[in-house]
Amino acid sequence: MVGDGKEGDSKRVSDKYRVVIIGSGPAGMSAAGRAAQLKLKHVLLEKTDHLSDTIFKYQKGKHVMATPSQLVLRSDMDFDAGKREAILGTWDEQTAGHGVNVQYNAEPVKIEGNEGDFTITLKDGGTIKAETIVMAIGTQGNPNLMRCPGGDNKLVQYQLDDPGEYYDEHITVIGSGDAGIENALGLAADNAQNNVVTILNRSAEFARAKKANVKLLMEAKENGKVDVRNETTPAEVKDGELVLETRDGQETIKCDRIIARMGSAPPRKFVEECGIEFTSEDREAYPKLSPAFESTKKGIYVIGALAGYPLIKHCMNQGYDVIEFINGNTDLKPADEPILEEKFKDLPGGKSVDEWLEFFRANISILNELSPLQMREFMLDSEPRRYGRGDVVFEKNEPGSSLFAIAQGSVAVEIDPNDPSITVPIEEGSIFGEVGLISGRRRGATINAAEDLIVVEISRTAALKLQASVPAAKRAITNISTERQLLQMFGSGLTKEDIAEVVETSEIVNVRAGEVIIEEGSEGNDIYVIRVGSMVVEKEIGGKPVFLSYLPAGSYVGEMTLIAGGYRTATVKAAIKSEVIKINGDAFKKVLDQHPDLMRKAKKEMASRQDVNAFIEAKKDSFSGVVDMYSGVANFLIDNGIGEATDVLLIDENLCVGCDNCEKACADSHEGLSRLDREAGRTYAHLHVPTSCRHCEHPHCMSDCPPDAIHRGPDGEVFIDDTCIGCGNCQRYCPYGVIRMDKVPPKKPSLLSWLFFGSGPGPGEPDKSWVADNTDPSVEKAKKAIKCDMCAGIAGGPACVRACPTGAAIRVAPEEFLTVAKLESEDA
Amino acid sequence: MASNAVASQTGRKKVAMHDGFLKHAGFRWLKISSGIMLVCIISYIFIDVSPRHNGGSWYGYTLGTIGALLILWLTMLGVRKRAMTSGSWSLKAWTSAHIYLGLSLIVIGTLHTGFQLGWNIHTAAYVFMMIVIISGIFGIYFYATIPDKLSDNRDEMTETEMLENLRSLDRQLHESAQPLSAEHATLVLQSLEQDPFGGGFMRRISGRYPDCATRIAQADLRRERAYQPKMGGDDPLDKVDALLEKKEATLARVRRHLRLKAMLQVWLFIHVPMTFALIGSLSAHIISVFFYW
Repeated sequence: MVGDGKEGDSKRVSDKYRVVIIGSGPAGMSAAGRAAQLKLKHVLLEKTDHLSDTIFKYQKGKHVMATPSQLVLRSDMDFDAGKREAILGTWDEQTAGHGVNVQYNAEPVKIEGNEGDFTITLKDGGTIKAETIVMAIGTQGNPNLMRCPGGDNKLVQYQLDDPGEYYDEHITVIGSGDAGIENALGLAADNAQNNVVTILNRSAEFARAKKANVKLLMEAKENGKVDVRNETTPAEVKDGELVLETRDGQETIKCDRIIARMGSAPPRKFVEECGIEFTSEDREAYPKLSPAFESTKKGIYVIGALAGYPLIKHCMNQGYDVIEFINGNTDLKPADEPILEEKFKDLPGGKSVDEWLEFFRANISILNELSPLQMREFMLDSEPRRYGRGDVVFEKNEPGSSLFAIAQGSVAVEIDPNDPSITVPIEEGSIFGEVGLISGRRRGATINAAEDLIVVEISRTAALKLQASVPAAKRAITNISTERQLLQMFGSGLTKEDIAEVVETSEIVNVRAGEVIIEEGSEGNDIYVIRVGSMVVEKEIGGKPVFLSYLPAGSYVGEMTLIAGGYRTATVKAAIKSEVIKINGDAFKKVLDQHPDLMRKAKKEMASRQDVNAFIEAKKDSFSGVVDMYSGVANFLIDNGIGEATDVLLIDENLCVGCDNCEKACADSHEGLSRLDREAGRTYAHLHVPTSCRHCEHPHCMSDCPPDAIHRGPDGEVFIDDTCIGCGNCQRYCPYGVIRMDKVPPKKPSLLSWLFFGSGPGPGEPDKSWVADNTDPSVEKAKKAIKCDMCAGIAGGPACVRACPTGAAIRVAPEEFLTVAKLESEDA
Repeated sequence: MASNAVASQTGRKKVAMHDGFLKHAGFRWLKISSGIMLVCIISYIFIDVSPRHNGGSWYGYTLGTIGALLILWLTMLGVRKRAMTSGSWSLKAWTSAHIYLGLSLIVIGTLHTGFQLGWNIHTAAYVFMMIVIISGIFGIYFYATIPDKLSDNRDEMTETEMLENLRSLDRQLHESAQPLSAEHATLVLQSLEQDPFGGGFMRRISGRYPDCATRIAQADLRRERAYQPKMGGDDPLDKVDALLEKKEATLARVRRHLRLKAMLQVWLFIHVPMTFALIGSLSAHIISVFFYW
């Protein structure tokens, strides 16, 4: 049977096959292998002359990974991480060995008929009859295109076959997925090729790529092999040049070749013509599928990347499963079933895994468009939770960056901290907790279960992944968050209906660091709500910009002109890369006019801001030096990343005697290792920012922690738990160099025995020789990532501050530090 | 404070406590200490002890007991500083109390003597106490005046970076001295071989190093070159000269750094040993008083 359909004879109308598998990638090939084992009459159609074209087209010698590692492989074909060539070799061998009937150079162009009697027309005119069809054609044939000006330039290519064929070129890879990272690494691997390789990533994190790949990329970046540009997008392609949009403005780089790997979308036209419906109109939407992978067209099954999941292991499992289903084995459970069963076992109602998945998908609006397969993947990363009526889901000011989705029941949001009885409901199907997810700030309100409640807690990583892969979910989250943020900020009994027009006309604007959103003296009455990041307000006094105030995420600006009229009174610019909600002033004015309470509140707020302005201006006349100093200190702190900090250690060098008691106290409070370097760091006007964690709003260190060991604790501290594997990713990601990799030293003798008998190294971090002398060499201790945890769990708070003999060390939040800067300036 | 007023106007509830050890909590310990001193002086004047004020009266014993306990408590700062226990204590508050209560000992101790001084163990304890207090006053002065100088001199460099910088200059000097004549090379070698910070306490604390080989080498090289005709092309001496210049500047910075750090510590070399001498003589004083009762 092997090879009897090989060439030429496709024109012969063959007998009807029990199953025709289209596409010989991991999914199709695994399906064909299963069909061959079950002795089903089958044929595997491949449009090229070799198996698994997508993997065949991987760059030569590419290391193929087997993720997710917790997933068990269930297929007749073997697969393990290894080189592209070895994997393809194994598959070729086993395909032949299992007696799979492969027909090469067979590209279907039309599928007609119904279940039990399909006719597949091939490109060469031949036809094939089938009872059922398994479509495993992947998405590679339909890459996402560059849409910026010059995107059709001949510099741009969407595929890289052999990275070894390019020499002495400036090559830019666009895309933060695995394909992009692997291409960039391949191009930079051999120094002899002398390529200058740049990779662009639209966001700050490589959320969609495999962790191992990100790690390799970070290593290449460390070694100077690849220039990794986060938060950067292409703005225009010119001949030999590429204009970039970065967080700090536009920049032009030399560029001889662009490799665009921005993902691919299903070949929708062909699939739809077969009678298969998609979940939505989005370009990146996937076909609607039953849990048995059957599409809306009975008898046609869809698996693999086209079904929404691009990982090889998943594809191969699906290939196996789909043939079992077709063969009537309806009891077969997917390979990840036990993991999900465990997750759902505490939920009431005793539903099966599939029922739960469908329940969540149907009830939660942001999940509506997910396929059952995506739901499985999604639930692997998320936690279902149940609460009884009145239970607290989370409290105001608790840190937390996860998103909650209500599957059943509803919750009550306490909007008045002084009176918990005043609440606003959030109904079934909606989400909450999105402010924490987006801004990284603490929870804005306490949330109680209004009735018996089932929610899904979506971790930040899972939420980012969901937004990246399901555009509709991203839009839904954005809309809800805008509405909520406005309601929460303005409070005063506003309802959704009141601000419907405001939300309708609002838009989300990305702002680069330093970009001005409001210019002093200009016209305009729009209001800006800071969603992510922070802003600084400046005013020109005596020809110099003077720092007025700092606005963290969650505050708004621009209301003065709207209420009082006239021109803009100050300039507002981004302290770090931020996102603002731009609100149409006229629409908001209407709301203000209808709600006198809100107007009063806004006016009060405005008055306090005017007071600050007046104070600074008055000071400026009498002590211009003092105000300059205040401005200078504030700008220095913003330049040093305090704009994204939530809690930072500062040292007043007018007081610091250099005793390093802060470092000693830190080491003695934490297993003998200091988490701060007092002396290092920048200084301005005797205000010193030592090398110590700032507990960023969106911690860079968290972006790729393989064991997910970095969390935000109950007091807002970012800490690393015991599951750290010592990979060093966090250290590489931290822009402030505050994480160190070290072994925990042995325990020291007590302080008294040091004081009286001189035993041990004394207070503080023990020196290297003492550690070496006192370590048991037979016990291998791993290095772990060490960073400040704000002395969480230690009564009295941060040891560095408590142990400072002169009061030089202080810990401040950005909203407070300008007060400090002011005091500082008055001392000066 | 004006800024506090502004902060409260803008509705920011929390104002970070940022005052030094002297101003801690609105000079709380200065006020307490002044109160103690005032009570002591007034009571000394108004309490009539016959035949005259002395350490052996009930009033003298009271002052003596207070003083002795205070001395022991003040000594505990050394333990507090090193014992990193949990709890909401602040070393700054301890320092502040240590300073002001320590100063009040001048009054308590002196009044305890009843101005009866002589060549005996009792007066020895008093003298040691005064030495400790006076060295402490120097300490306060240094703590209040040196930190900003230390910060300015450092200019964002750490001590390790400064020393690394020196080592790197030495390596470059070694490289560039290779083409030099033997006598010039000897001069450079002197600079490389000398421990630039050695020479004992006086040099460290004064910051003066009269026999600095780097400075001598540079002066000698320049003196010689002044008489030599200017040669075209690359003169290796130019590079050596520039490197020596850099090394001297770096040395000056490190020496200032070490000098300031030494000044922040030097008073402790009197303060701490004298404290132990004080506790010893104090014990002798107390025992002898009870022995001869």
